[in-house]
Amino acid sequence: MTKLPPEQTPKSAESEKTPNPRREFLRSAGIFTGTVAALGGGLELLSRKPGAEAQALPDLIGQAKRPLGPYDAKDAVTPYEQATTYNNFYEFGTDKADPARMAASLRTRPWTVKLDGEVKKAQTVDIDTLQSWFPLEDRIYRMRCVEGWSMVMPWLGFPLAGLIRRMDPTGKAKYVQFTSLLDTKQFPGQRSSVLTWPYMEALRIDEALNPLAFMAVGLNGRALPGQNGAPLRLVVPWKYGFKGIKSIVQITLTEKQPKTTWSIAAPDEYGFYANVNPKVDHPRWSQATERRIGELGRRPTLMFNGYADQVASLYSGLDLKKNF
Amino acid sequence: MSKATPSPTSSGAATAARPVPRRKVSKFGGLGPGIVVGGLVPMAVMLWDAQTGALGANPVQRLQLQTGVLSLALLILSLAATPLRLVTGWTWPARVRKALGLLAFLYATLHVLVYLVDKGLLNGDFGLATVVDDVVKRPFITVGFTAWLLLIPLALTSFKGSVKKLGFARWTTLHKLVYFVVALGVVHYWWGVKKDHTEPLIYGLVAATLLALRVIFKDFRSKKKAGGMGKTATPEN
Repeated sequence: MTKLPPEQTPKSAESEKTPNPRREFLRSAGIFTGTVAALGGGLELLSRKPGAEAQALPDLIGQAKRPLGPYDAKDAVTPYEQATTYNNFYEFGTDKADPARMAASLRTRPWTVKLDGEVKKAQTVDIDTLQSWFPLEDRIYRMRCVEGWSMVMPWLGFPLAGLIRRMDPTGKAKYVQFTSLLDTKQFPGQRSSVLTWPYMEALRIDEALNPLAFMAVGLNGRALPGQNGAPLRLVVPWKYGFKGIKSIVQITLTEKQPKTTWSIAAPDEYGFYANVNPKVDHPRWSQATERRIGELGRRPTLMFNGYADQVASLYSGLDLKKNF
Repeated sequence: MSKATPSPTSSGAATAARPVPRRKVSKFGGLGPGIVVGGLVPMAVMLWDAQTGALGANPVQRLQLQTGVLSLALLILSLAATPLRLVTGWTWPARVRKALGLLAFLYATLHVLVYLVDKGLLNGDFGLATVVDDVVKRPFITVGFTAWLLLIPLALTSFKGSVKKLGFARWTTLHKLVYFVVALGVVHYWWGVKKDHTEPLIYGLVAATLLALRVIFKDFRSKKKAGGMGKTATPEN
């Protein structure tokens, strides 16, 4: 690079003749420090995602009776701190720490749930009233995320079947559709078009009536934290976690199979059923194993997440490779 | 290619009182070591995070993601050296290109190691078959693994003497592989993300811009030469 005209070179030649070691050292040290700060800091900003701080504990809503059998996975429960800071809830953001960081913007009272569709009488009910219809119970369920990690969650709530019966379905009701709250003020992630909002999920009605299907209003004996889907969420432990729609405002019984958010987003990757199945891989990764949060290694994934005895009969005659 | 280690100015303080013998003063003393140390900062922070539990609930996945992003970012930074020189005339970016490239290789290797550990390397039930199966069956993994494999010859020939041994033309051709590696890296990142493609898109756009700048400037210069306007052009090198 010889951009400078020749008449300017003597100046630099002079400074080369009498270098000041102290100044030179300081200059080098300055460049060194600046480079370390710029490159190190820049790379940190680009790549490091800070974890979420632990949140204030929600109110206790009480421990309830715990039915045994399949409702009580004997596995060690995932620590509350991890279960509430590692969440997928794109309404709050796509990073796993976003929900815990942002959940304070969600107002869960007052909250109403619309119950409509193929029912004898549609109604809108306050969440506290809805909750008072059923005795609450504890259930310890395994939860397997489609991404290949899993947790063991101590939910508090009531069986979905009771709610469906209470809705008094007509003979045409074949599916149950769930809708999450749509509100960009409370859900900043909904300003991004990463998914079509509001989030929608659905079950076949016989799946919904299975005793395992559960509506959670609490976690660890406390009110459900916003990041875990307050004030009302679906839990279907034999299906991948994304079926467990959060912050529900509407439950509709339908005759035709409803569209669901993830099957709209990527129909080749996320099907309607989303049953946990180690033999059917996600196109981009194997589903044969999973990492239990809190463990470093992987463990084999169980068919229907270990609930095959309870739910396998729902799918007899169905090709689970096609109906994934 | 610059040497990252010996800085001619670093011993300046030792000879403070005596008149200093005439020698060339580097305008950029401290830059090379700064790049190396700065590039290692994220690794130190990751180790610190691992100690304090700040890697979150799924530390293996966090390390996997972070080493991958670091590798791609450093690789793209190393690609910026030539366009920066072409646009600004600065030569210092080219001096740190090797260090950036080797740091990228370091993080890519850690990325692969975390993947292998995740596949059970430390569990005792590590199956090479499952890895091969993964690499062959899943384009997402195939692409990432290929990118890493292609980085190996580049890292091995980044040292003094390699240019001489290979001959400049062959060495240059070999190192042009890096364009392909970056493209593979971006595709791999894109495929690895479940839905929100903003970040891989940004990396892709930056990489594409840097590659485009090379092409544009090369074109521009060759036209200049062909047009006989060499008198006003900046002399090469």
